[in-house]
Amino acid sequence: MQEFLQQVVNGLTIGSIYALVALGYTMVYGILKLINFAHGELFMIGSFLAFTLIVSANLMEHIPHPVAGLVAVFLLVALMVAVIGLILERVAYRPLRRSSRLAPLVSALGASIFLQNAIMLVYGGGYLVFPENLVPNIEWSVGGINIGLMRVIILALSISLMLFLYLLVQKTRLGAAMRACSLDHDTARLMGINVDRIIALVFVIGPALGAIAGIMVGMYYRQINFTMGWAYGLRAFTAAILGGIGNIPGAMVGGLLLGILETIGAGYVAAAWKDVVAFIILILILILRPTGLLGERVAEKV
Amino acid sequence: MAMLAVENLHVSYGHVHALKGITFELKEGEILALLGANGAGKSTTLRAISGLVAPRAGRILFAGKDLGKVPAHEIVRMGVAHAPEGRRVFATLTVEENLILGGYSRGRDRKGLEETRRQVYELFPRLYERRRQLAGTLSGGEQQMLSIGRALMAAPRLLLLDEPSLGLAPLLVREIFQTIKEINARGVTILLVEQNARAALRLAHRGVVLEAGRMVLAGSARELLGDERVKKAYLGEK
Ligand SMILES: Nc1ncnc2c1ncn2[C@@H]1O[C@H](COP(=O)(O)OP(=O)(O)OP(=O)(O)O)[C@@H](O)[C@H]1O
Ligand SMILES: [Mg+2]
Repeated sequence: MQEFLQQVVNGLTIGSIYALVALGYTMVYGILKLINFAHGELFMIGSFLAFTLIVSANLMEHIPHPVAGLVAVFLLVALMVAVIGLILERVAYRPLRRSSRLAPLVSALGASIFLQNAIMLVYGGGYLVFPENLVPNIEWSVGGINIGLMRVIILALSISLMLFLYLLVQKTRLGAAMRACSLDHDTARLMGINVDRIIALVFVIGPALGAIAGIMVGMYYRQINFTMGWAYGLRAFTAAILGGIGNIPGAMVGGLLLGILETIGAGYVAAAWKDVVAFIILILILILRPTGLLGERVAEKV
Repeated sequence: MAMLAVENLHVSYGHVHALKGITFELKEGEILALLGANGAGKSTTLRAISGLVAPRAGRILFAGKDLGKVPAHEIVRMGVAHAPEGRRVFATLTVEENLILGGYSRGRDRKGLEETRRQVYELFPRLYERRRQLAGTLSGGEQQMLSIGRALMAAPRLLLLDEPSLGLAPLLVREIFQTIKEINARGVTILLVEQNARAALRLAHRGVVLEAGRMVLAGSARELLGDERVKKAYLGEK
């Protein structure tokens, strides 16, 4: 039982990372009905930019307090990746807004390959290693379940961000405008909503969340590589589908659930199965319940 | 000066030439009925006025200002609200959220919005009863009320209504038309698109008839009600 709970906690940690990345997929899908294949790359770029700030620019040394240093890294990287997200939307997607659905999809794949190669050219193809002890190596034991400080940070930060996003989308006027845009662009415009601006906002929030997830993965697993966007992107995309693509709470639930399933799968079946879990779930969901767990019937708008 | 002036308006969808030079005016306080058969270009006219489609040629002046290059979300701010064809309520949002978005263009004018919302609920008490319900779960008639109420939330000077009676039971149609009259009496100018020509002309001051993207008739409502061609084509008389 204890071991099981330990797996659940471990699964929630990685799951909250998937959830943060999944939000980027689901929000863009919600508003543009487009799978932003480059989103995994934005996550990966978050890792690399954090690496640059921490290791190459030695930012942490310049800021007296280590917590302030980390906060600065998170804020700066989130901001930079948000800007990349905005540029991506402007260059790769907006010009194709009125074309067939295939064109932006191809453009997304192109952007993904471009970003991956750009990072490879700048940073090289090998693994980069984050320094140890960015976060003190403290571990607690609660009822026999071990949980380290980095895990606590990941869980606390992701869950706060998700809660914040949830409240923004569900409880504010701006959130209602975002939901309206994902239902019907033209009618949203008749309300006086600047749809282009809402789309831009989505391309700020999604990439920023993805970047934060990327930093946390870098700090937690410490090894990063230019291909990591693909592996995490696939899982996050699976999480988004699992929860019902386009559905924001769905992405959160889907991410956490996938993290738990994957960890338990690895713990009880075989570690080698870990990588297959996401694929199996993706295929099963697409066959059995394409609308995902929380997906609404898509009848209202096709 | 007319509140709205449409001058030689042309609109195309790809190579479908939907409007081929339409000209009419709307005076402050007036109800103008825009009539015509399916595909005549009525909805397109409204969509051009509210900025959803760009004119290929011609001009649209609202209160003397050319709307040509103004984006749709700015046109609402100028005082033109549009209750589109098919209601288009935001199905997974509540009735109240739909109304809040209707007032989106008015920014943070809390007091004014509160007051308008009260008036809308007064006009449509059923919306008040169902304010926490998802709009998609409303009946067709209620959705129509919501669509009109949502447009009113913008506190428009000009209201564009696209087939408000479509698909409603006769009793409800009468109710909706009565409400339109009341909205007009409160000082809102109305451009009313209708298939139900008789009811529309009874309500309107003037009418314009479109046929395949061209204007074929225009005149006072009384003239049109008595016109032989109108009788034959739109009022179902011999
Ligand atoms: N998005 C579009 N793409 C291509 N053609 C369109 C589009 N919308 C309308 N049309 C065409 O433009 C013409 C005018 O359409 P419009 O919707 O304005 O007619 P309407 O008078 O409102 O008809 P109805 O009474 O059926 O609502 C029609 O021939 C229609 O097929
Ligand atoms: Mg129409």
